Amino acid sequence: MTRYLLGRVGQALVVLAITFTAAFLLLQVLPGDAIMIKFMSPEMALTPAQIAEIRASYGADLPLWQRYLTTVGNFLTGNFGYSIQAGVPVSQQLATNLPPTLLLASLAFVAAVVLTIVLAALSNLTGMGWLRAGLQSLPSLFISVPVFWLGIMLIQVFSFQLGLVSVISPGPVEKLILPVATLAIPISAPLAQILMRNIDEVLTQPFVAVARSKGASRSWVLWKHVARNAVLPTLTIAGVLFGELLAGAVVTEAVYGLSGLGGLTYQAVGNHDTAVLQAIVVISAVAFVTINLIVDLLYPVLDPRLGRKVAAT
Amino acid sequence: MTSLLDIDDLAIAYKTGDHEQRVVHGVSFKVEPGEVVALVGESGSGKTTTAQAVLGLLAANGRVERGAIRLNGTDVSRWSQKRFDAIRGSVVSLIPQDPGSSLNPVRTIGAQLAEVMQIHKRGDRKTIEARVLDLLTRVGLTPAEMRAKQYPHELSGGMKQRVLIAIAVALNPALIVADEPTSALDVTVQRRILDLIDELRRENGTAVLLVTHDLGVAADRADRLVVLQGGRIQEQGPVKEVLASPRSAYTRRLLSDAPSLAKARPERPTPSAVDFAIEVQGLTQDFPVAGGAPFRALDGVSFKVRRGTTHAIVGESGSGKTTAVRSVVGFLKPTAGRIVIDGVDLTTLKGEALRRFRKHIQLVYQNPYGSLDPKQTVQKIIEEPLLNFEPIAAADRARKVRDMMRRVGLPESFLDRHPRALSGGQRQRVAIARALVLDPRVLVLDEAVSALDVTVQAQILALLDELQKALGLTYLFVSHDLAVVQQISDTVSVMHKGRQVDGGPIDKVFVRPDSDYTRELIDAIPGRTMPVLASPAISLQG
Amino acid sequence: MSSDTDLAGVDAGAGARLSWPRRLKRLSPSLALAWAVVAIVLLWAALPQLFTGYSGTEGVPGEQLQAPSAEHVLGTDGLGRDVYARIVYGARYSLAGAFVAVTVGLLIGTLLGLVAGSRDGWADAVIMRLVDSLLAVPSLLLSLSIIVLLGFGTINVAIAVGAVAVARFARLARSEVMRVRRSEYVEAAFGSGGTFRSVLFRHILPNSLTSVIALAALQFGSAILSISTLGFLGYGAPPPTPEWGLLIAEGRNYLSRAWWLTAAPGFVVVLVVLSADRISKAIQKTAP
Repeated sequence: MTRYLLGRVGQALVVLAITFTAAFLLLQVLPGDAIMIKFMSPEMALTPAQIAEIRASYGADLPLWQRYLTTVGNFLTGNFGYSIQAGVPVSQQLATNLPPTLLLASLAFVAAVVLTIVLAALSNLTGMGWLRAGLQSLPSLFISVPVFWLGIMLIQVFSFQLGLVSVISPGPVEKLILPVATLAIPISAPLAQILMRNIDEVLTQPFVAVARSKGASRSWVLWKHVARNAVLPTLTIAGVLFGELLAGAVVTEAVYGLSGLGGLTYQAVGNHDTAVLQAIVVISAVAFVTINLIVDLLYPVLDPRLGRKVAAT
Repeated sequence: MTSLLDIDDLAIAYKTGDHEQRVVHGVSFKVEPGEVVALVGESGSGKTTTAQAVLGLLAANGRVERGAIRLNGTDVSRWSQKRFDAIRGSVVSLIPQDPGSSLNPVRTIGAQLAEVMQIHKRGDRKTIEARVLDLLTRVGLTPAEMRAKQYPHELSGGMKQRVLIAIAVALNPALIVADEPTSALDVTVQRRILDLIDELRRENGTAVLLVTHDLGVAADRADRLVVLQGGRIQEQGPVKEVLASPRSAYTRRLLSDAPSLAKARPERPTPSAVDFAIEVQGLTQDFPVAGGAPFRALDGVSFKVRRGTTHAIVGESGSGKTTAVRSVVGFLKPTAGRIVIDGVDLTTLKGEALRRFRKHIQLVYQNPYGSLDPKQTVQKIIEEPLLNFEPIAAADRARKVRDMMRRVGLPESFLDRHPRALSGGQRQRVAIARALVLDPRVLVLDEAVSALDVTVQAQILALLDELQKALGLTYLFVSHDLAVVQQISDTVSVMHKGRQVDGGPIDKVFVRPDSDYTRELIDAIPGRTMPVLASPAISLQG
Repeated sequence: MSSDTDLAGVDAGAGARLSWPRRLKRLSPSLALAWAVVAIVLLWAALPQLFTGYSGTEGVPGEQLQAPSAEHVLGTDGLGRDVYARIVYGARYSLAGAFVAVTVGLLIGTLLGLVAGSRDGWADAVIMRLVDSLLAVPSLLLSLSIIVLLGFGTINVAIAVGAVAVARFARLARSEVMRVRRSEYVEAAFGSGGTFRSVLFRHILPNSLTSVIALAALQFGSAILSISTLGFLGYGAPPPTPEWGLLIAEGRNYLSRAWWLTAAPGFVVVLVVLSADRISKAIQKTAP
């Protein structure tokens, strides 16, 4: 067990190291120099000597391997560098922009899970064939809708046509209703697709027929036998879902003009502010790898087939 | 007096796409209280569909078209699922086919046994808990306290089937539907499970509808026999009568095709050759185990096979017979020992030399569904081995493929077909043709007839016999079925837990076995009560 | 002649090859609709002038912000340009982008997956860790990072989207190859003297291909989604290009006055992506 644990953690670290190195090469080394872009512009009227001085102050004149090692050291100690455009530490920018995005993402996640469960339960308990077919094709529709367009349509319908949600100076809760809905719908799609497919698969298992032969009703079978077997495998997409959630939040914030990670990313791309972008990429990769690691380590505890020993200790 | 179960002119159809296909055509039979009725038939006979209808558990696309299923006089054939829920488990219950997947993997067996009582609200938590322990003890799962807390994956196949039997008898139902209850189990386990079902039904006076493909099991365990073919009843009556003097041609054919130890062994010619085609000496195979001592799957196995004869390797699951096969055909490098095929030690070959040597020894797999590429046509499947060696002109290849088709008894029109358009027996013929197209000297048959119905099995065995005579082939025949082995083999190795516990000529081993294990194995074979028909009723074409 | 009685494996219709008219008859209505949508959009991309008399970039003065009518079926925008014409002319940007993205993903990803799946040991480990790293970064952030490197523009956006698809194709191709490799018919092919090369081309590739093609169809849809998202954020082709994401972004400014500016192109995107999804599922169904 310990061997498996160490191997799995080691694998996660390797993935992170590769991601970090790739992000460093991709964002710090290959593209145009962010300092040049900002300070070379004619309005600044700086002499080459002054630019060289600024470059030295950012550490940009050092050889590549030195810069790499310094960056590694800095990231490990929580120092993500300076935003060239804003002139403040990246960590400070993250501190102000991360919380609203996390709030939006977690609310949307909860809403998506609720929506998924409602869809799956309804489609499996209804006796009406057409309703079942309709509910089962909803996830495919949800997954095909561009997040940004969905946001715009929701504003269009609920704010402009129906006047239900105010666009001008909405309250703190009102402000979040539409963004959460915008994000939750596409996030629920992969969840619902996997859950529904798993339920269908589990329903064909002989143990379901055995449960029916005991006299269990359809809903008894669904909750007591199918649910756990069908939900367990959906855990494996937790990491991917997190990525989708984050990316969706970036777009949603752009549509609704909310401040957060989305705005920060948007500006960073526009200004070639690569330090900011690298921090965001690396942090989201860390989160992804951690979530997957937790799921992998948790799985044997939840599934008796994989780790009786773990569950017992 | 009303019968416990009275099936009257029952017809059932399945809907696929927009047409309905009838699979049960007007079946009628009765089960009296306390009686065991065996529903016997091959795949596609409609036996399982009929049994499912009794429980109201037809697949969603299945429909009772006409007729009645009367339980104690009440027709339940058109009951809603909700009404059925009240009698399932309490009046009729099920012992399923495959114990491996018939228990929920994420719940303890205690919880799954308690469930049937919870659903029917038989007592409070304490009473149910006590009853669970009683039942587990009764079916031989002790200590019950420990077993109740275990998950299905911690039990063997036989133990899981005991749990399912406990579930089926928990509420003392009047009728148990046992759908192939032992087909997935080893023969020695099968015997103990059938004994347990027998004991329990006698204790409680329960009637059993026993669905089985195995005439031997039906002969040993049932009072009455219903023989189904293609959804129609061929004949029914008391077991002894039906078996002693079958009236329908189909039953006669089933009886003659079913392999049985009681049958006289077909005369096998004494081999003219004196040399050995296969010599296995001290074959040992270890598999590494993560963080532990290696697992020894084969331990010093030795045997010799004379050219032109058949040697059988017999054993139950976990006996090492599959490992032995994989070593002999060169898919595994043995840990120790020699495998000499036609004078060449296979264990010394590797790379290109091994590849070239494969020509001489070919393998036919158990599962004709998995061993043929679904994307290839029969023509491509059979000619592929030829393309791996010295180039042959396309016309010669085509001729060779057509020769093979004729040899294995398939029409040429099948050449363009894909495996999915063939039946199991036809696929196995294709697999044999592919194995023979290279003119090998040795053919290894790994449970090659086990997945087939008895009538098909008989045809394939006859084909193998004919091919052996015509081509002078040497067979290594791996099987769990002693009756089949006795019919086709000259010599045998009996395997148990990686060791060879018995070996030698069939007559010697099966009549005077050296080991207790072989004796137990022989005793466990069902069908000793089955009478033997004097001669095959109909002649079968290869 | 064999007289096998077991019917279990026989599917009466499955063996015979179906003629084209019979195949069309069997086509489900939703699948037929999906193919029709894809066909029309492909024609839009190839020959836009056949579908509209209006220009995709030039407006008609005095006809600004007209609601949908017989003359302008989907209305006009703030510069008097016909919205339907802009959608028709925009098809080629989305489709060409999606085509490049899927090609990049398919070629690189499938090759990586094939190598990883056929070779055990370090090659598999190295490739799969690289793929894991690609997957560790949310797809949008990965695309954005590549756009920062390559700069804005239609092709760059397409490559950025394709990079995301590489990991998905690699994963699928590897698992398919491993699945086929474990099958008995592959072992049987080695057993009859097959070499690695012959088994790869005769069995592994043909049996893995269907799933890869199904993924390609699915990725085609999701590439259109991603490209329109990046276009909406302003990283794709510059205005006045009628790229679909950009159309929606421009329409945003008239949200309270002209709903058709955003609704129409969005619906087209949804329809195309949904069709790709439907076709992908139909292809997957035929997989062995």
